[in-house]
Formats: sequence, C-alpha cells, structure tokens
Amino acid sequence: MSVDAATVKRVAHLARIAVSDEDVPKLQSELNAILAFVEQLSEVNVDGVEPMTSVLPMAMKKRQDVVTDGEIVEKIIANAPASQDNYFLVPKVIE
Amino acid sequence: MATGRATNPKNLVKGATGDWEIIVGMEIHAQVSSQAKLFSGASTAFGGAPNSHVSLVDAAMPGMLPVINEECVRQAIRTGLGLNAKINLKSIFDRKNYFYPDLPQGYQISQYKNPIVGEGEIVVDVSPTEQITVGVERLHLEQDAGKSLHDQHPTMSLVDLNRSGVALMEIVSRPDLRSAEEARAYVTKLRTILRYLGTCDGDMEKGNLRADVNVSVRRPGEPLGTRCEIKNVNSIRFIGQAVDVEARRQIAILEDGGAIDQETRLYDPAKGETRSMRNKEEAHDYRYFPDPDLLPLEFDDAYVETLRRDLPELPDAKKQRFIAQYGVTPYDGAVLVGERASADFFEEVASGRDGKTAANWVINEFFGRLNKEGKDIDTSPISAAQIGAIIDLLGKQVISGKIAKDLFEIVWTEGGDPAAIVEKRGMTQVTDTGAIEKVIDAVLAANPDKVAEAKAKPTMIGWFVGQVMKSSGGKANPQAVNQLLKAKLGIE
Repeated sequence: MSVDAATVKRVAHLARIAVSDEDVPKLQSELNAILAFVEQLSEVNVDGVEPMTSVLPMAMKKRQDVVTDGEIVEKIIANAPASQDNYFLVPKVIE
Repeated sequence: MATGRATNPKNLVKGATGDWEIIVGMEIHAQVSSQAKLFSGASTAFGGAPNSHVSLVDAAMPGMLPVINEECVRQAIRTGLGLNAKINLKSIFDRKNYFYPDLPQGYQISQYKNPIVGEGEIVVDVSPTEQITVGVERLHLEQDAGKSLHDQHPTMSLVDLNRSGVALMEIVSRPDLRSAEEARAYVTKLRTILRYLGTCDGDMEKGNLRADVNVSVRRPGEPLGTRCEIKNVNSIRFIGQAVDVEARRQIAILEDGGAIDQETRLYDPAKGETRSMRNKEEAHDYRYFPDPDLLPLEFDDAYVETLRRDLPELPDAKKQRFIAQYGVTPYDGAVLVGERASADFFEEVASGRDGKTAANWVINEFFGRLNKEGKDIDTSPISAAQIGAIIDLLGKQVISGKIAKDLFEIVWTEGGDPAAIVEKRGMTQVTDTGAIEKVIDAVLAANPDKVAEAKAKPTMIGWFVGQVMKSSGGKANPQAVNQLLKAKLGIE
C-alpha cells in the first residue's frame, strides 16, 4: 500500500493540518516508508484470530449513574483563547 | 433489503408522467434517560448555565479517559428488547472523526461495525385499524455533541458543551416507510415505546428526540432511487411535511429528465422547502476506527434476561389486553395506550366497572376536556376515582346521562366527591313515575296542538321527551319518560 500526493493533501486537510505544496513530496515518502514498515504485519496469517483489545483479559470498567463531576466552568474555559459569559467563542461557523 | 413490502396503491403519488412511490427510512437520535453522561460523571440536566454540566472528559482535556455509564448500557439493552431486536453480547466503540467547534475531541465516540443492538422490528399504527411492520436495522450508543449559538455575536459563534457527551441511542430503520403518514406514525410509535420503557423522555422540543429522514422516490416495482437525507427534523408534524416536500422536489427533477444528487438537506418549515446544506467535500470521510480508550462492551445472557423479565407491558400487548379484558374496540384501545399515563388512568377507571363505558368516559369526556384546556393527566383537576364514581352513579341510575355530564363539569371545576355533590344538590334522577307523570301532564297541557300532531306522526315523541327532560332539569329518567309519553299519547 502506498499513498499519492493527492492522498497526502486529503489526509492533511481531514486532520486540519496546513501542508504546503513543497512539503508534500517529503511527507509522501515518509508516509510510504511507514506504511511499508507496517505492511510487514500482513505476512502473518491471522485468519480466525480475534483482534486483541487488551494485553490482559479484563472486562471494561463501568461507572454508576451518579453525577460526580461538572460545575467547574472556570476550569473548562480557562484555556479558551476567547470566551464570553462562560461560552467558548469561536470564529463563526454557520454557512 | 427489506423493500419487500407490497406496493399499496393508496401510497402512490401522481406525477405528470405516472405514479411514483415514496421510500422513507429514518435515523432517530434518542437521548438516553440517565443522570450522568455516557462516559463522564457530569449531569445530563437540561438548561444548565453555559458549560456548567461539563467535566474535563467532556471538554476533551488532554489525558482524560472515558469510563462508560452502566445505566446507559442498561437502557440501550432495554430499548433493544422493546424493539424485539437482537442484543449483541459484545459490541465495540469506535471513533467517528470530524472537525466542528462543538466537538472538542475531534471525534464522536460511536459504534460502527458492532453495535450493541442488531435487527429488530416495530409494529406501527398508521391508523387504529392499519398496522405495518417496520424493520429496525440497528441501535447503537454514541455521544451527543455540544451546542453552537450563531446569533449572539456579530463575528463569532458561542459554544456550550453541556450536551457534549450525553448518551444518545441512534435507532436506524429499514427503508420500509412509504408515505409522510407512515413516517409520522413510525416516529409516534417509537416515541411511545421509548416512553413506556422510560429509556428516553421523547421530548422533541428539547431536542431529546431528533430525526434524520432519508427520502427517495421510484416507479413502483423498480429498484430504490437516490436518496437525500433531511437532517435534524424536530417535530412529528415537520417530519411529515419534510417527506412530502422532498418527494415532490425529487419527482419534479426526475420528470424533467434530471437526476437526484445524494446529499444532506435541511427542512425549512417557514418556507415549506428543503435546501441543500452545501455539502463540504469529503464531509463523509469519518475514518472510523476502534476507540483505543475503551475495551469492548460485554455482558452475558443472564443480564439480558433479567432486563427482559423486568420490562413493562408495552403498548401493543397492552392494547390487546384492553380489548380482551375490557372489551374496548381496537380504535379505543389504540387511543388509550398512546401514553402509559393514559392507559394507567383508564385501567383505574375501568377496574370493577364496565370497560366500554369507562373507555367512553375517559376518551370522550376526560381526554376531550384535557385537550380543550391544554392540560395533561398530571395536571388534571379530576381523578380516575372521581370519574369512576360518576360512572357508578350513572350505572345505578342515580343520575341520568345528561346529569352525569353536568356532574363531570362540577367535579372538574370545583372538585369534591361526586356522590356527595349529587346528594347535596338534589341531582338525583327522578324514577318515581308519579312525579314524572306530573311533569308530562303539564307539558301535554301546554301543547295541545303538538299532541294532535304527534298522534299522526309518532316521531314527534322525541320533541316531547326533550321538553319533559328540560322541565325536570334533566333529572327525569329518560326511559321512564319515553314509556309514559308513549302511553299518554297513544303511540306504540
């Protein structure tokens, strides 16, 4: 598997990372090197093997339905570049 | 695909070039009834101060990890059972990646290939006498996003994360619906089932139940056409309107030789039109992958069976029981089970009484009055016991039907014990023939011309019955009046 220049640009756009045209060839070759490295895994036959989700066989921890958190608005918006009346302010996003 | 429903001619839409069939499938987002969010301990309460019901998990602060709320899992399983669906003992949470300011994680935790609930079905009451079975493809758990406000600031949008991370059930139907009417009926029935189960309050005004409506059209018998998805329709009435408007738009395009672009659209109820949400390219490239922060969600059959045992009686079963146990008509049964509270109220009235009479009083007098005054059962001034007492007085012929309605009015506005009111105000029906005869004689004496007429035209008796009832203040027993009048007028 390998990626072309258009795919590099598309992935960058989806990740909202600004990539200039001159950076594309370098990123493309780096990505392809990574993909080639990972591709070695496909040499292993995993037919009938379930994906491993945990090193130890364990069940997912669950919480009880109790309100134990929240009411910390000053912490929530502490790092916001802009806020107003405890709302985050972001560039207008409506079309 | 379950497109095997036979075409019902009544659902066909006439176009300029022939008949069309509307195909509708729906994705319903139902907010799970829980105290805390799906993966955090913050409150789900509606209407909190901005960003107050937000934990560091919901705000996606670095290093925060999600821990699932077992109640949300329980509610999703119960909903699946209520939809006669397959419960998957193992399901997986995935990340659905996209960028939007009210999605601080940059992804929504959802379930993609392995949802908690698989295929099921809902019996939808298109009318009290027409039922259709609609396939449910799946139900999965996912996080809600925050809320953006666009009209509070000239150049900026405001973001409130109170809703961020609240648990939603996305319930996906098969494209089994064939008209606006069926689409409305489907949402109505699903909402009723959710409310019976107590897994979602179904409050569409608060956005706790939202619908994405997929609409396409085709010539009868042909393969499915290209569909458009109408996003976030927030009332049952608008769902119906959106289906009709969108189907007409598509038919017009196709009949002009055009083609439908698969796209996401919005319904504008003010203008009565749908319009394109100007699809951003690659908007649908969500790059799902299993969330590495969450292990698979697993539980055993014993747990599912415990939940199944504790399910409440659901509307379809309740309706059948009402028909069998109380002798109500299928129509009345459907009306009575529409809300759990209505059904409970009816049962309290009907208990130990004639079911049909109880149904008539509950539906016609009680529901009619509630509707008229914009009240519901919780705010009703009259109780089931009071209505029951009125029916008892009527049944024992203590009061006439006319007086019973007056009595209902008094109890509604003033309250009190119906039997005591009848006693105190002398509303008791007069069955004493002597007393009734006196009234009749007076009426006959006052209307000699009508008496002569009635001998030739026996149907005139109705007029006399009315007069006698009127002069008795509605208290005369109508059967007795009728009999005595017949005798006196010489009518057989």
